[in-house]
Amino acid sequence: MRQFQEMPMLFKLIKRPEPSKSMVFLSPVIALILTLLSGVILFQLLGVDPMEALYAFFIEPLTSRYGWGELGVKATPLILIAVALSIGFRAGVWNIGAEGQLTLGAICGGGIALLFYDVEAFWVLPLMIVAGIAGGMLWAGIPALLRTRFNANEILTSLMLTYVATLLLSLLVHGPWRDPDGFNFPESRIFNDAATLPVILEGTRLHMGWIFALALVVGAWVLMSRTIIGFQVKVVGEAPAAARYAGFSVNKVIWLALMLSGGAAGLAGLVEVSGPIGQLLPTISPGYGFTAIIVAFVGRLHPVGVLFAGLLLALSYLGGESAQISMNLPLAVTGVFQGLLLFFLLASDVLIQYQLVRRSSPSAVTQ
Amino acid sequence: MTKSFPGVLANEKVNLTVQQGEVHALLGENGAGKSTLVKMIYGILRADSGEIRWQGNVVDIHSPAFARSLGIAMVFQHFSLFDSLTVFENIVLGMDVRDTSNLRDEIGEISTRYGLPLDPDRHVYTLSVGERQRIEIIRCLLQHPKLLVMDEPTSVLTPQEVEKLFETLQRLSSEGMSILYISHKLDEIKALCQRATILRGGKVVDCVDIESETASSLATKMMGEELAASSPKQPNTHGELRLEVNDLNLDAEDEFGIPLRHIQLQAKAGEILGIAGVAGNGQDELLSAISGESVSGDNASVVINGLESGKLGPNQRRMLGLASIPEERLGHGAVPGMTLESNGFLTAFRRLGLLSHGFIQSRASRDFAKTVIDRFDVKANGEQATASSLSGGNLQKFIVGREISQNPELLVVSQPTWGVDAGAAQTIHEALRDLATNGTAVVVISQDTDELMKISDRLGAICGGVVSPFYPTSSLGIEQVGLLMAGASIDASVSGDAHVV
Repeated sequence: MRQFQEMPMLFKLIKRPEPSKSMVFLSPVIALILTLLSGVILFQLLGVDPMEALYAFFIEPLTSRYGWGELGVKATPLILIAVALSIGFRAGVWNIGAEGQLTLGAICGGGIALLFYDVEAFWVLPLMIVAGIAGGMLWAGIPALLRTRFNANEILTSLMLTYVATLLLSLLVHGPWRDPDGFNFPESRIFNDAATLPVILEGTRLHMGWIFALALVVGAWVLMSRTIIGFQVKVVGEAPAAARYAGFSVNKVIWLALMLSGGAAGLAGLVEVSGPIGQLLPTISPGYGFTAIIVAFVGRLHPVGVLFAGLLLALSYLGGESAQISMNLPLAVTGVFQGLLLFFLLASDVLIQYQLVRRSSPSAVTQ
Repeated sequence: MTKSFPGVLANEKVNLTVQQGEVHALLGENGAGKSTLVKMIYGILRADSGEIRWQGNVVDIHSPAFARSLGIAMVFQHFSLFDSLTVFENIVLGMDVRDTSNLRDEIGEISTRYGLPLDPDRHVYTLSVGERQRIEIIRCLLQHPKLLVMDEPTSVLTPQEVEKLFETLQRLSSEGMSILYISHKLDEIKALCQRATILRGGKVVDCVDIESETASSLATKMMGEELAASSPKQPNTHGELRLEVNDLNLDAEDEFGIPLRHIQLQAKAGEILGIAGVAGNGQDELLSAISGESVSGDNASVVINGLESGKLGPNQRRMLGLASIPEERLGHGAVPGMTLESNGFLTAFRRLGLLSHGFIQSRASRDFAKTVIDRFDVKANGEQATASSLSGGNLQKFIVGREISQNPELLVVSQPTWGVDAGAAQTIHEALRDLATNGTAVVVISQDTDELMKISDRLGAICGGVVSPFYPTSSLGIEQVGLLMAGASIDASVSGDAHVV
């Protein structure tokens, strides 16, 4: 009979009797520290002074009032999307296509701005906001319909629709929506003042969208912790059979999750084109819809956590630009840092359910 | 041997001796430390202190593989089988040796010698629980063990299957194999075992010869106090009709489900209606059809309190007075990662008005959870403890308590005491009886025939998605219940005056 030889290891993982509450909060911190350590090694290998690079990446962007404003500008779409995505993730609805819903929001909201480009009226901006939200919802409605009617996996359908959306935007700005006085550049007209979000902090680009993001954080917090809707979302995500037993409709929750995240992503798209960008371009987002997925997980799928995680990831965008300008580092450093952070976070999350124990002590081996 | 877990001393200086060729019972309530002890014997857990001697020599059993190489085999309460593979494939997967050339012959030989008939090419999902258990036993016997450990093997078997299992075990012990038999069913232990070690609260209370003990003296030692005799039955069959199921047909939702066919049953206020049956014969489907988790196309197929409700959802049925308790506690009856407060709210929010304009009334929800915890003596770390942190028995007490505290007029419950210790089972049985006495119609679906014989007023069985007629429990013997569970008709054998509903 073959003998099972155990590997001589110093530590082993043991399942905790109850998930650790402190680890839920510590895990992102551990992940951040490991990301920074990896950054040091990475910069060392690139032949760059790590301390200088980390300063350029994480500190320099925040040394001016303008920099803080930019942090809010970048964090706004991330927080808007991630707050709504995390509600869906808690329900087990994996909307990966927020980038596409963001694009559709920009197209629909921006379309209104272009339609009324010569109208200076107070109702243009609200109409754009409604159109932006509706556009995102429409785009998220397709995966919702496919999932609830045909049980098609929303991860695939929502992701694929992203590419359709970005091509649609490209088609529009190269064709019918191209600025007639724009020397044939693939850009739309610049929106007029009535179609532009007002700036809320003098001397920066920080705009009204930041207020929307904060309002959504508060609204989502109340929704998830105090209302029957949030309760249903959590039960459906954690125990679908128990949800059925309690009389909650899984399909309704799927629709709710996708409408919320689609609408929020659409709003984020509209906020981008009527805020910092001010017109429609072939590319309007440096991957906010995808980065928001990282934001949602780093923020522990909790609205307040998402607020802080959104600021952190926004900093990674600013840091990438700053490191490129001051140290000639490639912009891809941003993507590397974002990827490392998610990677380490998912790895650290094992400590929520398991604990490290020295092997020498006689204790339980998990079955 | 001593073994402690954080916060609990699971085994305290426990001694256990098993002789060759003996069937030795390990007796105790859930939580008494039986599982911890056998897990140490089988190398899954390691003792904090103490030693194990195997055939006179001190051994350090550090892994199940090492235990198997010594000649110790174990049949677990929960089987580890792959439904979509065949019997043969499952056995090969569980073997330490990879040489499978003679395996088929060996399986055939063992199954004929010990009366364990099995077709090696059938898929596991087509087998009954009893047949699945045979796979596990054959798996063990293939290793020619000297000690066979069996953890609560009869909890899911029909009386006939239990009898067959006992024949097999007696033959094995007559050939010199030692068997360590874990159970809290006293009559089984009386029938099968020679000696018993009794555990209570992690300590050995006594080691006795079964011959000189009665079932009640064993029970006293196990529980530590005299068990109150269960309240005498006062069948009340004149109450008003609370539940009527009329020719209910429901197709299975997936390929492993059981379609329900022509289900006909009635439950009246004040009675406990028992539905026996071996696992996987449509119990889950029947419960869902009554609770509203599955809706029928025919509104008249389920009538609750006189109202046709076949097309209504669970909460509408709750408002008509229905409460239901599914078999699966974690993940169905309760959400594992949520607090008891939230789990109380889960089914009670409509009937008890714990919701105001869509907002959860957290104070009222907390009070409700506290009430249930106090009233049903649920051992938990307050109402903020997560459901998954409770032991099976305590969680079941909480779930049963949650439904009963909503004062239902009709309660449908599946497997109320599955995997629950004798003390909690007693609490639950009394609660169900009290509920019926106070005028609720109670339907109990269970695989535990003894339980149904004890608490139900009328009894029937479900087999292959078809429900038998119901008979007064007092007119039925255990044999006849076994026949009903196997789908046979017993009309001729029941005394003529028993009225059939």
